[in-house]
Amino acid sequence: MGELKNRFGPGLSTIFVTLVIFWLAGMVLAPNLMMIDYALRPNLPPQALGGPEDTYSLANILYLAGEPTHRAIFFKTIWASALVAGVTFLVCYPIAFWLAQRATTGQLAVAMLLIIIPFFINEVLRTLAWFIILAYRGPLNSALMNIGLIDAPIRWQGDGGVLAAMVYAYILFMLLPIYNAIESLEKAQIEAARDLGAPTWRIHTRVVIPHAKAGIATGFVFTFMLAAGSYVAPALLGSPGSRWFTEIIYNWFFEGGDWNRGAAYALVLLVLCLAVVLVTLKLVRVNLTDVAK
Amino acid sequence: MRAESILRAMMALYLGVFVLYLFAPLVIMGAAAFNESRFPTVIPWQGTTLEWFSAMWADAAMWRSLWTSVLIAVAVVVIVVPVGTAAALVLTSLHARARGVAYAVMVSPLLTPGVVIGISTLILWRQLGVGGGIFLIVLAQSTFIISYVMLMVMARLQRFDRTQEEAALGLGASRMMVFRRVLLPFLRPALLASGGLAVLQSIENYNTTLFVRGFETPLTVFIATKVRTGLTPAVNALALIIILATVIGAIAYEIARRRKAA
Repeated sequence: MGELKNRFGPGLSTIFVTLVIFWLAGMVLAPNLMMIDYALRPNLPPQALGGPEDTYSLANILYLAGEPTHRAIFFKTIWASALVAGVTFLVCYPIAFWLAQRATTGQLAVAMLLIIIPFFINEVLRTLAWFIILAYRGPLNSALMNIGLIDAPIRWQGDGGVLAAMVYAYILFMLLPIYNAIESLEKAQIEAARDLGAPTWRIHTRVVIPHAKAGIATGFVFTFMLAAGSYVAPALLGSPGSRWFTEIIYNWFFEGGDWNRGAAYALVLLVLCLAVVLVTLKLVRVNLTDVAK
Repeated sequence: MRAESILRAMMALYLGVFVLYLFAPLVIMGAAAFNESRFPTVIPWQGTTLEWFSAMWADAAMWRSLWTSVLIAVAVVVIVVPVGTAAALVLTSLHARARGVAYAVMVSPLLTPGVVIGISTLILWRQLGVGGGIFLIVLAQSTFIISYVMLMVMARLQRFDRTQEEAALGLGASRMMVFRRVLLPFLRPALLASGGLAVLQSIENYNTTLFVRGFETPLTVFIATKVRTGLTPAVNALALIIILATVIGAIAYEIARRRKAA
């Protein structure tokens, strides 16, 4: 603090510190603490608040463990989000490699602009676009039937639709970190591996991917977190059989009327995402500072 | 070298497919705005029309939601740019150890799922007797948009030459004047860029907004509700206009940036 005061004088530094405290204490810490408080208390009518039943317990979290449908949806959301991250990686990796190692400066500039433009557009609109494409009598089914791949329309809404829309929505979060990582790889290393007789796939598995490990991990972490916390794609493209964990949370708040259980479920989601982030970063030895760029 | 050229051709093909994959959904969605069909689609084409644009234009609820979104975005920018800048300045003046902890807390909103930010804000303010609405939408969105601003300002600060400040002080400027005449002008590009990013983030936000919206209907909520309750190509007309505005904005920004860099 002393340095801040030295640099900006007492007036300005007080303003800066006040603003930062207002943000971190009032908007980041307090809401999360209150959410934890809610998650650990039972849902009681107003007159029973502060009474003998108003005690802390893990009941709301254990409820999730004991309710088979919710539990299944929770685990399904985890693996489906991991699947989204995996598919996004497969889609992005060749592009990232090409951009970082093969493209000329001019190609790179054009390609980057082309890739970034769709991501300036609203996630809701991008999901709407997939809603239209995947409609039962929509363009995709018509096209597939016209070329004779299928005889009857396919109902894409459900897990497949959610997967397609999510991969599409999160490409940039996977592509950019991998691109940044591969870009720092010396071309000479790839040449050397080739001169020593390594086939293309081995150059990737033994040289490029190990080098880009940190970028790949960052992309995975972000894509996973965004997918697990997404509401719009499952809400618009899902079917009753493909419910997402965030939809269950939403229902506790706005249909089930049990905010305490909703808070507990949200807390579980938060802890899951933070755990995935921290464990992945630890595994590949990446610093938080390098992630948020 | 034969395998090499096959690989090269495959890569070119994949690039083509990738660009198609990126843009086909947007093109199809935009094209459906001109189709007479009541449900937005491009097959079968039932005739070209502009009626969906006038239907959209005449939709009072759409205008209300657009206005709500603009109002929220303006309020968000007013909050996030000063707070994010302050956060970057405070962070850079901390000692290494404290800086690590403060940094982790400051980027944590970016690692928190959007729905959780909405939920925790809603819960805190219910305790204080405030329900969902514009005020909470602005607060909840700002919580994580401040982190973006902080990162962008930090990136610019790292290239700042502190001797400029010392020179100004040495020449008799007050600390306030140094801040206003030396540091702020230097940060200006980052402040403008982060303000633009904040508007975009705010207008396009859905996951966080959904939980704190109360009875308000910002644009994203309006569109999502239409999709579920009665989608007509009027929504596509709106989408097309938003897409064109965004694309033109993005290209203009990019051109301006390059001209400056050159």
